Amino acid sequence: MREETLQILEHREIAEKVYRLTLGGKVGALHPGTFVNLSLPGFFLRRPISVCDAEEDRLTLIYKVVGRGTESLSGMHKGELQVLLELGNGYDLSLAGDRPLLVGGGVGVPPLYMLAKRLVARGAHPTVILGFNRRSEIFLEEDFRALGCDVRVTTVDGSYGTKGFVTDAMKGLAYTFFYTCGPRPMLRAVYGAAESDGEFSFEERMGCGFGACMGCSCKTKDGYKRVCKEGPVFRKEEIVWDD
Amino acid sequence: MGRLNVRLCGIELDNPVIPASGTFGFGYEFAQLYDINCLGTFSFKGTTRERRFGNPTPRIAECTAGMINAVGLQNPGVDEVIGKELPQLKKVFHKPVMANISGFSLEEYREVAEKLEAVDQIGWLEVNISCPNVHGGGMTFGTQPDAAASVVKAVREVTKKPLIVKLSPNVTDIVAIAKSCEDAGADGISLINTLLGMRMDLRTKRPVIANVMGGFSGPAILPVALRMVYQVYAAVKIPVVGMGGVSSAEDVIEMMLCGATAVEVGAANLVNPFACRDIIRDLPAVMDRYGIDILEEIIGGGHLK
Repeated sequence: MREETLQILEHREIAEKVYRLTLGGKVGALHPGTFVNLSLPGFFLRRPISVCDAEEDRLTLIYKVVGRGTESLSGMHKGELQVLLELGNGYDLSLAGDRPLLVGGGVGVPPLYMLAKRLVARGAHPTVILGFNRRSEIFLEEDFRALGCDVRVTTVDGSYGTKGFVTDAMKGLAYTFFYTCGPRPMLRAVYGAAESDGEFSFEERMGCGFGACMGCSCKTKDGYKRVCKEGPVFRKEEIVWDD
Repeated sequence: MGRLNVRLCGIELDNPVIPASGTFGFGYEFAQLYDINCLGTFSFKGTTRERRFGNPTPRIAECTAGMINAVGLQNPGVDEVIGKELPQLKKVFHKPVMANISGFSLEEYREVAEKLEAVDQIGWLEVNISCPNVHGGGMTFGTQPDAAASVVKAVREVTKKPLIVKLSPNVTDIVAIAKSCEDAGADGISLINTLLGMRMDLRTKRPVIANVMGGFSGPAILPVALRMVYQVYAAVKIPVVGMGGVSSAEDVIEMMLCGATAVEVGAANLVNPFACRDIIRDLPAVMDRYGIDILEEIIGGGHLK
């Protein structure tokens, strides 16, 4: 973990309440599925946001405005941000096989982008299912296609793609392994529908984001773990759904 | 002896800065970021007899200039702390560490203290009678002078290490509790633990914290902490360790003027993992600015005669 001061290069709304923030500075090679923790002026706690894409000097984050912190962030168009990176374990690419399935829901979609990019670079052929509530919320569809992925979109209201949930699009698909990120109810549905082993990325309210405060602990079959440190990615076999 | 040195219950510290229990784990996360031997010491994660998972999540809520936590004493239990955490800590931290202990009965406090008594690495016992996030223990011992004294007596019987009692601010008369602990044989008083607080989530119209209430900490509580340190310092003869909202070298000096011999830093570590290192680095220049030559000489110096 390190702290870097990164410059806001570009920042715009790409779907309903969803923003793409591009930051420049010492980023380095980050691992898919990890996250960063942004310090926002006027807010005490940092905001953990998953890494959507990263290059040597450029970091792309996609986030949704869900409260006052992210609303304030969405109004920042220049200047710099203090960023702790890189946090969490990330996805294990070695498990993918040649036909991995990536399932993202809403604001859980962004970390799958860099994952898909790296999997394609390793010679895999990912199928990507993106789930949203409605057409106005859709983002990154074309970006995944540009990587050469087989992309399926679902919307709950049927305004675009397949009407229904991501699990409806999973039916009949053949895949070697799956990776998923999204709201907890979706993760649970994917857990029930999946026909292979896979990895899940979880979200939790965090204090520090680097393992010190025990604010985001969860139970696993392997004992207690911290979503921010041993997670946010957990293997299917270790997950305990105790709610 | 350097400008920053202080003596806490007979043990020399290179400086008065101590990361507070529950914000520094067992040190390793921070040892990966900087050499934690720059610290005076640190108070490790509150330890109980048995392993505890703690409370359900969400355990964290943000506040203006602070945060609420309701972790609920998650820890691996005293045997694993001794068998695993402390040997690992020894590789990265070479100073006496402060052991923070908690319990749900006098017997548990005594048993945990007795086990830790045998560990040379431990310099002080910080006995937490003020955790607001557990039921039937923790804070219930810290809200009545007699109950607080009974914990001190129980631990005193099994330890020769300096015994510091960590007090809750959620009481009507913190001075009476501090004096009661002193009379029962405590070597020091640390204060304040978090203030009981809560937040509502406007979307769900329910409390943000799963456990409903939690402990409020961060810069917002500094004035309350300063006031209580000031009051307790004036009433007891044993050293006072001040904490609550400290996040800068200036805050450390304010605490010491109120009467703190050493100063714990809590929530600040969680938003700036380098907070304690930065405070220690900044202290000499801030002391120069305010004409302070030797830090130890200002302890309690802010009291009106």
